[in-house]
Amino acid sequence: MSQTTDIQGPPRQSFSIGKIWTDKRTRGLVIQLLATIAICAVVLYLANNVVENFQKLGKPFGFSFLQQESNYDINQTLIEYSSRSTHARAAVVGILNTLLVAVCGIILASILGFILGVLRLSPNWLVNKLAYCYIEFVRNVPVLVHILLVHGILVHSLPKPKQAIDVADSFFLTNRGFFVPKPIAEPLFWAVIAAFVIGLIYAFWYRRSARIKQAATGEQSPVFWVMLGSIIGLPVLVYILTGMPLAWEIPELKGFNFKGGMALKPEFMSLWIALSLYTAAFIAEIVRAGIEAVNKGQTEAALALGLPRRRTLNLVIIPQALRVIIPPLNSQYLNITKNSSLAIAIGYMDIVATIGGITLNQTGREMECMLIVLGLYLFFSLTISSIMNWYNKRLALVER
Amino acid sequence: MSKLTKLAAGAAVAALFAANTSTAGTLDDVKAAGHVKCGISTGVPGFAFTDDGGAWQGFDPAVCKAVAAAIFGDTSKVKYTTTTGKTRFTALASGEVDMLARNTTWTFSRDTDLKLDFVGVNYYDGQGFMIPSELGVESAKDLDGASVCIQTGTTTELNLADFFRTNGISYEAVPIETNDEARTNYVAGRCDVYTTDASGLAATRSSLEDPAAHVLMPEIISKEPLGPLVRHGDSEWADIVRWTLNAMITAEELGVNSGNVDKMATGTDNPEINRLLGSEGDLGAMIGLDKAWAWRAIKMVGNYGEVFEQYIGADTPIGLDRGLNALWTQGGILYSPPFR
Repeated sequence: MSQTTDIQGPPRQSFSIGKIWTDKRTRGLVIQLLATIAICAVVLYLANNVVENFQKLGKPFGFSFLQQESNYDINQTLIEYSSRSTHARAAVVGILNTLLVAVCGIILASILGFILGVLRLSPNWLVNKLAYCYIEFVRNVPVLVHILLVHGILVHSLPKPKQAIDVADSFFLTNRGFFVPKPIAEPLFWAVIAAFVIGLIYAFWYRRSARIKQAATGEQSPVFWVMLGSIIGLPVLVYILTGMPLAWEIPELKGFNFKGGMALKPEFMSLWIALSLYTAAFIAEIVRAGIEAVNKGQTEAALALGLPRRRTLNLVIIPQALRVIIPPLNSQYLNITKNSSLAIAIGYMDIVATIGGITLNQTGREMECMLIVLGLYLFFSLTISSIMNWYNKRLALVER
Repeated sequence: MSKLTKLAAGAAVAALFAANTSTAGTLDDVKAAGHVKCGISTGVPGFAFTDDGGAWQGFDPAVCKAVAAAIFGDTSKVKYTTTTGKTRFTALASGEVDMLARNTTWTFSRDTDLKLDFVGVNYYDGQGFMIPSELGVESAKDLDGASVCIQTGTTTELNLADFFRTNGISYEAVPIETNDEARTNYVAGRCDVYTTDASGLAATRSSLEDPAAHVLMPEIISKEPLGPLVRHGDSEWADIVRWTLNAMITAEELGVNSGNVDKMATGTDNPEINRLLGSEGDLGAMIGLDKAWAWRAIKMVGNYGEVFEQYIGADTPIGLDRGLNALWTQGGILYSPPFR
């Protein structure tokens, strides 16, 4: 570009005001400049208003309240927390709870969504229509309704702790939650973990060398069975040899509630189930669209070449379908994360309920708390987005 | 989006856009709008409920009505906005409502740090516990391990944490947004105990299928002076709400009620009654209203005792005793500064 100008030289024209508008390039520049100024002005005006209104109300702006004691309790905490902890720690508890339900939701929704999407393509009329009805019913009802519905069902239909549904004297289902035994590692348990890590490394090394071998000689190795054996078989073997160094804390009914063990609270369960069921319906449609987007000729060509059905699916259809599936899947994952803020409706203590709820209310720092919540959601969403974009790039068609 | 997020976001946006509207001059704004914007609770039997016609009634809306009567001479000139424990302060601070009259506890930090002004107390309360009698618990100290339903964003949430911590017993908090949701969860057995102000417990118990199957624990674990509040920074408006409430209390003390207020207003031997009802002096002008402001409030809404008996007193299903809320002359601590 610059070379051309150097050789030919720009057509020399006298400067005139009218030129700014008639010349396409300067006009573009001017419009962009004006738009930038306008946006900056609006942002400045808003910021200025906030400062002025804060001053008028006599409210200071600052984040020192985060260091004060929170004075409230949270019923589900993944880290040590009490009412003596700070607001900042309460916020962390909320963040972890949000992440927990988001990650669990993404996993369950993906599994359900893929299964439903495949069922939707089934040549069996009944299976196909059942999946269709499920998808249409679920995705056309607001997610908040799903959450309240599942919560209502769990709380109202499950028995109270004293009449708990008892499975093998160690699993208990009540309307206060699903109580399961909690594993407690004994000293020798490190050996099992070590065996798992070694097995994992060996499995991937084996897979890689099997590929190289296949590329060189065309010989195939039993990759699946070796990987299964080294990742699962080896740790299990070590576990048995070291004398099962894992104790289980069984939940027990004491007074009002079960004590000990691990509890999945009805609030977590209903949020998790509702978000997963709801999003799975959308993912199913994305998966169906992705698979249908792969030209039928591809399948036929692969079969004609003598590839078995399973390899056709793994090597031809899925890699191409994923390219279509990943980008919209990304936004479904973001939706799960953001929709988890509906937790407040059933009292699940996520970010919105802790820092954006009780802390906000007890300290009266609306602006600060909302900024924190805003920043956190933005951070989570951008992180998920960039992971998915990285994965998408890896799968993208490499043109040669 | 939850109600809270909406409101908080609304407040943030309001803070962004609200240009230099003066915080002083709420009375002018109210007069211009033609109604008082009053924040009330989402519903507590007796304290705030909708009647058959869908209009808000109750012990708390009565304060809003009295203020509307004092300003406009019309109790219907109130625009009610329901608020939860979490949304109420944001609603008031952002100007969505002009005053709050909903079982809100007067505390130091709310009065100072939240930039709100409590103008008085219309119900002296304390936090209690309600539990099904079949559980056979006799003291709140025996509640180790219990699940406790609690309205989030309230002082009760903080008292609860303190009470269980200082007594060294554990519990599971089940945070709930409104009184109705708390009732539903309590009935479903999601929690063993429901805790809130004792008056609210009595009100909630009265609405249960079999009130006798539920007991209130003997412990009252906190002081909960409940009263109306306004935004900080407009003392003139605060004065109007404060003295309207005081007028209702003073009226009971002086024996003025909605039935005899017309006769009393023509002049009596008691100069304080005359000043209150405007036949002597001009107290109304001092708060930007006319002489008959208190007369209208008492005539249209009633004195404190009348309102208490009408909505939450012994003859109602709520059945609360006057207790602390009796006049200071009758063994309570209700005491209004003089009208002079």
